[in-house]
Amino acid sequence: MDKEQNREIAIRLSGVKKKYKLGQIGGATLSEELRSWWAKARGREDPNLPIGTDQRLIGQTFMALNGVDLTVYKGEALGIIGSNGAGKSTMLKLLCRVTAPTEGEIDLYGRIASMLEVGTGFNGEMTGRENIYMNGAILGMTKAEIDAKMEDIIAFSEVRDFIDTPTKRYSSGMFVKLAFSVAAHLDSEIMIMDEVLAVGDVRFQKKCLDRMRAAAKKEGRTVLYVSHNMNTIRQLCDRCIVMDKGRIVFEGDVEEAIAVYYGKGSSLQLLNNCEHTTREPIADGEVHIHTVQILDRESPVVYEGEDIKLKITFRAERDFPGLAFRTIFFTSASVPVGMAATAPQLDVREGENEAVFLFRLPQLAEGEYNGRVVLYEVNEYGAEIVHDVVNAAFAFQKAFQTSVNDTSKRWNQQYWGSVVFPNIQVLEG
Amino acid sequence: MTNPAQSNYHVHISAKHQLLKLNLKEVWRYRDLIYLFTKRNFVVSYKQTILGPAWIFLTPLFSSIVQAFVFGGIAGIATDGVPMLLFYLCSNAVWGFFSNCLTSNANTFTDNAYVFGKVYFPRLTTPISNMCSALIRFGIQMLLVLAFLLYFLIRGQVSPHWAAWLVIPLELAHLGILGMGCGIVVSSLTTKYRDLIVLVDFGVSAWMYLTPVVYPLSTLGEGWMKTALMINPVTMPVELMRYAILGKGTFHPGFYCLSWAITLVIAFVGIVIFNKVERTFMDTV
Repeated sequence: MDKEQNREIAIRLSGVKKKYKLGQIGGATLSEELRSWWAKARGREDPNLPIGTDQRLIGQTFMALNGVDLTVYKGEALGIIGSNGAGKSTMLKLLCRVTAPTEGEIDLYGRIASMLEVGTGFNGEMTGRENIYMNGAILGMTKAEIDAKMEDIIAFSEVRDFIDTPTKRYSSGMFVKLAFSVAAHLDSEIMIMDEVLAVGDVRFQKKCLDRMRAAAKKEGRTVLYVSHNMNTIRQLCDRCIVMDKGRIVFEGDVEEAIAVYYGKGSSLQLLNNCEHTTREPIADGEVHIHTVQILDRESPVVYEGEDIKLKITFRAERDFPGLAFRTIFFTSASVPVGMAATAPQLDVREGENEAVFLFRLPQLAEGEYNGRVVLYEVNEYGAEIVHDVVNAAFAFQKAFQTSVNDTSKRWNQQYWGSVVFPNIQVLEG
Repeated sequence: MTNPAQSNYHVHISAKHQLLKLNLKEVWRYRDLIYLFTKRNFVVSYKQTILGPAWIFLTPLFSSIVQAFVFGGIAGIATDGVPMLLFYLCSNAVWGFFSNCLTSNANTFTDNAYVFGKVYFPRLTTPISNMCSALIRFGIQMLLVLAFLLYFLIRGQVSPHWAAWLVIPLELAHLGILGMGCGIVVSSLTTKYRDLIVLVDFGVSAWMYLTPVVYPLSTLGEGWMKTALMINPVTMPVELMRYAILGKGTFHPGFYCLSWAITLVIAFVGIVIFNKVERTFMDTV
């Protein structure tokens, strides 16, 4: 703690709240507004409301941020994670001064480079070079500063050949590369980024990440980074906060934060009650699964070399001498990856039952997965009778224990799929 | 980053807002942005056109010729003995400056909503750069006026009040502040009520006819119409400018002070509304 107290503060938020109105905000035109006001003044129904609109909703408010206290120190790379609607973007908007807080105080020590969206203020009629000046000035650079950085920006953007062409003739990739280059070369003390890395090709994304890491580690800048991509958070950040319902629910180590986030997320829970989840019509319902639980771990993050222990509780309507269990793994994009089934079958008596299974998944690449759980029976004619199916009965994240700077092992699921085969042996050469 | 001035940079954001805080120091730091916005206004409007910036000359010249034909020729409105073309050119330049300040600022918030919503910079830079663009347009049009003035001077048809030329910068500021103030008030309202934009086009042309632009104030004689026109805060600056440049114009100290008073009130209201809207308009626009 002593170390932290001596560090210089870059950003401080205290008791910050942001309120938004729910429902329709006023009429679209002045005359509509006047009519609504006149109707309300006479106690009549508002003529401009869609029929059936709940009157109570009008004027209700929604706290996008509900009392946020946060201190960020200089030279720190802070990751911000949380599910959609947790308030991440609202917080960044306040920090970038795009909108003002409803309550609370914010102190910023240093100039802010916001990359809420790259390419803001680009004008298609102007050339790449003119747009660099324009965008740089919008982000707070002076002309002299831009001149000094111009060569670096052009070199980084990889669009040198087109720099004097109007940007309306650029491809979208070129446009984004140029825009990111300007923002990345900004002489600011604080960089704020909201998923800007979702742009450009893979190679350029990596270049951007490296650039930001250099900004934080070597140049001592403060980086705030919001992303749903845990890999980039791992690679870039040294501290992480988790937001939920407009509050910060965790602050600290990145891996712990990711674990907390997955614990909080609705899809990634250790214990899943599937009593009332809708079943596929293929299941005859002679077996009904109550719960599916991942055992012996605090978070559903599975590291390389670790196994998953799964407990299911279920009710059987009759005796099953040979009940089989299998699970099908899906990526978060619902692409089936593989299947595992029990080799010896279970001998189940009528009534309440529970079973514990052990999975070994060394071939699974890093990423988020969920499992469909199936309890079935093979009858005397070799046909399969499905008794119960639960989709996404459990979910987990497979992760490699790599050092933060080692990107060589970063798995590229989009291009490589989800299976890691054993290393290739070199026989000759 | 080693620059101490930069590392001491500190911003405090609080939920309370000050009514009159303009933060001009910050605007000054963004002066390059004002320059670039001004440049953009010109570059963008004259790219991919045949005549390019020549339009700045041509538009007022054509409209002055038409006005000289319609108002001077057909309607027979006298121009105080000033050559008709010169009278209309000069009036159009002055009125053009004012209406430019007003209309270009009337859509500030809605036109820039996309940029404003993504990144912070002092919002005041956009109205200021719009005013700069209007000023440059006025300067270019004045060159045309001066060319005609020289021609008519040689022919001895005009006699400007040279000493009064000193008042031109003051009157430009007067008209600029008034136009910008009105524009800002309208733009702050258009973030919520889109239909006001339609009203602006109509309002500005109506305002032009209620201002002695295509006719001198002296044609009205005495009476309530003249008084009504003098209450119009644009009347006095326009007349004063014509008095200086063309040597003919009506000046009334009382109404002149009234015009300044109205200007300052509108500027004040504009700043207050602007400050209020600037902070949260992204939530309503």
